[in-house]
Amino acid sequence: MKKHDILTDTHPGEGPAEHHAEHIVPLPVYFAVFAALIVLTWVTAFVATIDLGRLNVFVALSIAIFKASLVLLFFMHVKYGTRLTKMIVAAGLYWLILLLFIVMQDIWTRNWMGVPGR
Amino acid sequence: MASQAPVFQVRHHFENAEQQKDASTVGMWLFLVTEIMFFGGLFLAYFVYRQWYPEAFASASGKTNLLIGAFNTTVLICSSLTMALAVHYAQLGKKNLIVLFLILTLLLGGAFLGVKAYEYHDKWVHHEVPGANFECEGCVDPGHTSLFFALYFGMTGLHATHMIVGAVILLYLIWQAKKGAYTAKWFTPVEMFGLYWHFVDIVWIFLFPLLYLIDRTKTGFGI
Repeated sequence: MKKHDILTDTHPGEGPAEHHAEHIVPLPVYFAVFAALIVLTWVTAFVATIDLGRLNVFVALSIAIFKASLVLLFFMHVKYGTRLTKMIVAAGLYWLILLLFIVMQDIWTRNWMGVPGR
Repeated sequence: MASQAPVFQVRHHFENAEQQKDASTVGMWLFLVTEIMFFGGLFLAYFVYRQWYPEAFASASGKTNLLIGAFNTTVLICSSLTMALAVHYAQLGKKNLIVLFLILTLLLGGAFLGVKAYEYHDKWVHHEVPGANFECEGCVDPGHTSLFFALYFGMTGLHATHMIVGAVILLYLIWQAKKGAYTAKWFTPVEMFGLYWHFVDIVWIFLFPLLYLIDRTKTGFGI
């Protein structure tokens, strides 16, 4: 059976109407994700009190990105969503990465030349 | 006594219920993408100023209460779980459990806002709100410490505004769920609101490390 796709599924009477049943996530998955989110919250808080130099920022943001991915994939059902949904989410995140990194590469490197305005 | 539940119907411009729901999901995600842009600008401003004034940001971040911040993050994650469970029981069409978990979500959201209000009050009392009454004794760089707090209030304020909007929508959903409006066949509003609520949770997942955890090696969990 073909996986449902709203971009192509426009022809009436083509295939059974109920072919993409509601995906019900088992409760243990929700509880496992929840436990991971809580543990990581306190891990990131404790790690912040240890001096790791420049690694502190890296660890804090890595944990945040991992936690956000868990929420996105399981609580927001993106893992079980249509390809169109996944594409929209990816486009949104890609836009955010462009915004942050294009501006920040200017900010990070502006003083490298030691010349004002360069 | 309760008015009868509306009969579920697929709108005439959709082929079937599944397509109708997919359209709602796509629409909701497009809205959330605009929300990424909305918050994205503030995050960018934060990263630029943090890069330019690292000392001011580190010392200002140390003035937030880490214990309360971590506790409030925990509260918000709990509300995300109860929201996920509300959607789960909506999928199974268990009316009473939908109502229960929506109410729990509302209570936990309210608890988060209450803690936030306490923190804001604390900042106000300690003259840490940017403006005429801003004071920063012993600060190396009071101007840019004030800038950190401007971003702190701007970002957490916008986040809290989203929570307040969410709480109002939750009240409506609880009222509708009690009437039996949501069944296993149709519960799109519950599911779409769930996406919004989890999105707001994700924003906080980034706000917490960025605002509370910049340089905690000296202050630790101390208040």
